[in-house]
Amino acid sequence: MIEPIAIVEVRNASITFPGVKALDEVSFRLLPGEVHTLMGENGAGKSTLIKALTGVYQIDSGEIVVAGQVRHFTGTASAQAAGISTVYQEVNLCTNLTIGENVMLGHEVRGLAGVNWRKTHALAREALARMGLGDLDPRAPLSSLSIAMQQLVAISRAMVTDSKVLILDEPTSSLDANEVEVLFGVIRRLRDQGVAILFVSHFLDQVYAISDRITVLRNGKFVGEYLKRDLDRTQLISKMIGKDFESLRALGSNRQTEARDRTQTPLFAAEGLGRKGAIEPTDVDIHSGEVVGFAGLLGAGRTELARLIAGADKADSGTVRIRGKKVSLNSPVAGLSQGIAYSTESRRDDGIVGDLSVRENIMLAVQARRGWFRRVPAREVDQLVTTYMERFSVRPNDPDRPIRLLSGGNQQKVLLGRWLATNPDLLLLDEPTRGIDVGAKADIQETVAELAEGGMGVVFISSELEEVVRLSERIVILKDHQKVGEVVNGPEVTAESIVSVIATESGDEAEEQADALAEEVAAGDDRTGLEGSAS
Amino acid sequence: MSTSRTLAETVPPVADLPESKKAENVTHLSRLWERSQTLIPTLTALVLLFGMLIYAEIAYGRVFHAGTMSSLLVSFAPTIILAVGMTIVIVSGGIDLSVGAVVAFSSVAGVMLMNIGVNGWLSMLLMIVFGAVFGLIAGVMIQYFNVQPFIATLAMMFLARGLASILSTTPVIAPEDSPILLLATDWKLIDGPKVNDFTITPGLLIAVLVVLGGLFFMHRTRMGRTVYAIGGNESSAQLMGLPVSRTRVWIYIVSGALSGLAAIVYTAEVGGKAQNVTGIGWELDAIAAVVIGGTLLTGGYGYILGSIVGVFVIAALRLIITKDGTINPEYLTIITGAVLLAFVLLQRVLTRRRSS
Amino acid sequence: MSRVKTAFRTPWFWAIIGIALLLLVNSIKNPAYLAISVNPTTGLLTGNVLDILRISAPIIMIALGMTFVIATEGIDLSVGSMMAVGGAVAMQTLSTLDSNSVGAMFTAIGLALLLAIVLGAINGILVAVVGLQPFISTLIMMLAARGIARVITDGQNTNATNEPFRQLANGQILGLPTSFVLAIAIVVLIALTMRRTALGLMIESIGINPKASRLAGIRPRPILIGVYVLSAALAAVGGLFSVSEVMTVSVGGTGNLMELDAILAVVIGGTSLAGGKFSILGSTIGALLIATLNKTVLFLGIPAAATPAFKALVIIALVLLQSERIRSFAFSRTKSSGTPTGPATPAATESTPVSKEVVA
Repeated sequence: MIEPIAIVEVRNASITFPGVKALDEVSFRLLPGEVHTLMGENGAGKSTLIKALTGVYQIDSGEIVVAGQVRHFTGTASAQAAGISTVYQEVNLCTNLTIGENVMLGHEVRGLAGVNWRKTHALAREALARMGLGDLDPRAPLSSLSIAMQQLVAISRAMVTDSKVLILDEPTSSLDANEVEVLFGVIRRLRDQGVAILFVSHFLDQVYAISDRITVLRNGKFVGEYLKRDLDRTQLISKMIGKDFESLRALGSNRQTEARDRTQTPLFAAEGLGRKGAIEPTDVDIHSGEVVGFAGLLGAGRTELARLIAGADKADSGTVRIRGKKVSLNSPVAGLSQGIAYSTESRRDDGIVGDLSVRENIMLAVQARRGWFRRVPAREVDQLVTTYMERFSVRPNDPDRPIRLLSGGNQQKVLLGRWLATNPDLLLLDEPTRGIDVGAKADIQETVAELAEGGMGVVFISSELEEVVRLSERIVILKDHQKVGEVVNGPEVTAESIVSVIATESGDEAEEQADALAEEVAAGDDRTGLEGSAS
Repeated sequence: MSTSRTLAETVPPVADLPESKKAENVTHLSRLWERSQTLIPTLTALVLLFGMLIYAEIAYGRVFHAGTMSSLLVSFAPTIILAVGMTIVIVSGGIDLSVGAVVAFSSVAGVMLMNIGVNGWLSMLLMIVFGAVFGLIAGVMIQYFNVQPFIATLAMMFLARGLASILSTTPVIAPEDSPILLLATDWKLIDGPKVNDFTITPGLLIAVLVVLGGLFFMHRTRMGRTVYAIGGNESSAQLMGLPVSRTRVWIYIVSGALSGLAAIVYTAEVGGKAQNVTGIGWELDAIAAVVIGGTLLTGGYGYILGSIVGVFVIAALRLIITKDGTINPEYLTIITGAVLLAFVLLQRVLTRRRSS
Repeated sequence: MSRVKTAFRTPWFWAIIGIALLLLVNSIKNPAYLAISVNPTTGLLTGNVLDILRISAPIIMIALGMTFVIATEGIDLSVGSMMAVGGAVAMQTLSTLDSNSVGAMFTAIGLALLLAIVLGAINGILVAVVGLQPFISTLIMMLAARGIARVITDGQNTNATNEPFRQLANGQILGLPTSFVLAIAIVVLIALTMRRTALGLMIESIGINPKASRLAGIRPRPILIGVYVLSAALAAVGGLFSVSEVMTVSVGGTGNLMELDAILAVVIGGTSLAGGKFSILGSTIGALLIATLNKTVLFLGIPAAATPAFKALVIIALVLLQSERIRSFAFSRTKSSGTPTGPATPAATESTPVSKEVVA
């Protein structure tokens, strides 16, 4: 049996950014006539690998081979010239141009009198026809099409050039079920014609519907390449998060939770809280002194939900009650004045104010609450700053240093200080331990437990399931923009059980699984009786 | 296995998906809606234009008059040329604040060259080249040094104005036999009764050619469509493999060169006189014309013909104010500013509605 | 490069060197350049240095206002026209009141400030609420404001008599020109306000990271509107100083091209055009440098027309240097451009759209 010849081979490629190795000697291959899916969690290196293949990034070491020739991509154009076409999650076309232009620009039919639009549009129509879009008028503006159609136009563009390889980067994020079927039909057709298709998605169901082969990355390293039929969902997820089957089961929660009086008015209660395109209407409540974990894979909607709770985004639907009283959370100012603080997912984007000092970053939210006129007195600032810098051991111990010079872990600690300084009743932590060294991680996890013991409500979001399982009293499970389950933590709850809830085929089934799990936990509580909590 | 044929050829056409049929109806309707959305400012401008002209005719008479119309067109020929260049720049999402100043420099430098004996035609060519050089510097600053367009062209504006003033603060006049004056010769196209003649000049003809050239560029060349792409979504244009960097620099070179050309036409029209204070405020006229004509300041949408309508609106405005005689010329700048603001706000309202 | 970086980090360092050089050049031409003597008729001190201080007063005002606007990543192209507005209102009021009283002076000043505040608020609302780009809103205002100035004076270069007002530019306090003393007093007042309250901090925060600032509970709108109002008010004051010199407003000339001076002063002073941390001291010294430059050009007999070109070259050089710094920064990180910043922050997360990072 002859080994099939790969059309694209990545050999021991590495890409390093300051402080982080995004790709660590990754090897990878794409075979023609297959749909090959790339899977991995946040920071796994998926996106980096794609960018290396599309010429956006250049690899620091290793080589990329296309059709037997070693390639050096100097930019997107050279990758395209090598026969690699890419369609992105955000349809990277120009909506202000016509459909025909989007398909053909760069390859138009040109003559002495400039571009021959009639012939060009005819070619566009042909390309569109091969996607089943032959009825579209190439002269219509692209913006008149739905995102799903626009994506198919993007694929048509890829087909116009001599593409041996088609990369689809999260193509289904904005599509509904029907549109996904249409897309998959087209993908299968292309595959059957011998195109090598690299599919990137975090929607497990879709991955299993369309893939032939799956490669898993984790922490920038290559974990393994598998034929889909040889790998079931639970195995896949285990590989993605790095724990094998057995250890997943063993990672039980040590938390013996005190029975919480659920009849007490929750600190925060939301009914039908939702935002179009971000998260379906969801019910969630949080009690004082409770740590609620949001679990789910990338794109499940955890951050979106947290942002709605904090007022960072405005909700389209739903009501929110704080201690039983209805409130309107339509801005971060509103959230903060209600005692809700939110530590964001990306400290670089919307967390740190880079050029300001550590001191200024810590007291920023406190100062904002006081208004512009009343300056927080120096003594109070110093106290705040010293308290938090000591408590979290911020290094270097220099409050006047610009925060952008600190390491990621220390930046995160400073931000934690900022939010805690506002004395919130409810604190939302979105990926607080991402990209941080082990010591700092432990610090932050300890702090979360302490805060909850002190009566603060905490929402804890992390891609590392074991963290969520270890710290949370209750776990809300999200999948594909929906809440699919909620579980009270207990000895029966393990990372594996959460995973199986997420891994289940459809939303309804997942809910059933979650309910079953919840019942198990409840039964367990009855059996073992209520022990005092040991955290 | 190698695919020697393109993929498009290997994949047979497919029966049209039902979705695409639905999409087809949608596209027809939304094409109309889409077109109308972008046309609203231009239509408003047209209505405004005709409104003003009719008002002027009723109030002062002799507006729809071959002589008046043609002399108006001739005197606005330089503005038309500038408006074409400005349209291209603004569609790409940028701005060029230096056009007036570049006109000043080009005209002064060109005339001075003629006066020291340089061949008239060569001098005119150099006037265009000077403009192109200013544009090149701005383009490089913007594309390769990531300087914001308004800062880069603002600096160019002061530089050009300053250099013009260094060359001469007093008017310079081209020699009487200079070929540049040929561009101002009157060609009577229609010999009407008394002074009602439709007279044009070669300068106006040049402006018309520039408009036609602009139309060709924007709608029938790859680079022209790339300009729209850059203005619509620059990163997409990049990812589509279009030559973004090269195009951007060329846009500013063209704008500069057209400023040089406008300088030639203007200098000819005023009898070969050039001064360092020429062109003050012309960039605002050009921007106003482009905005009134329907080009979005944020880029991606716009037409050259719309900008020409915009020039006519400004011309009509000026006509009314001159004819009226009672309106303070001081009000002119406020009125132009107010009209510009109104159209900018109109654009903003329309884009907000479209995006929601 | 690092030494240059440190030098640039001390914003006023180069500006002071520049001023010293210019004075040196002047002294070479006239060894008695820096001399101060007493004017026999008025009893006041005179001297070239005092002239420079007097000229700098309006520039200090517009530079101060421009500093905060630029810190929020905006621009105010209308400051020159706003000077004309301030001068026009003042002269027109004084000429109408035709009195030598202090009350008349304060009325004139009050009205000028009032109109400027209204116009500045319009700028601010266009930028912060309507969402127009700052350069286009202030460009339109530049056009409109000069027109308004013309309307106020009916197109005339109105002049007026009012001794207290005239003293602003022509009088002296402790030997220094009154307008300069007042300008410095205003600078100090505003600097104290910025630093004693949290306003300065909030302006910087908005300029550096508007998203993070919003999440921390800062309201960007009132602050943005505020900086444009302040810029307009300060420009009007600058106009008052300017017309007080000759007690005439020139509707075409007052404030003409001064936005260039303001931007240049701010950039020389170390505030980056990309927004963020600002330096009031730097902008003030930058303004002094420009005043010295203006006077030097006149003194050396170079045609005044040359200065805009020279200033433009300096702006271009500084802007390129500011961005060059950024470019070489980017270069040292990885071989390709478009990479995430910050130490130890994981590379592009899965949720980051590819469109953000693109090779130029």
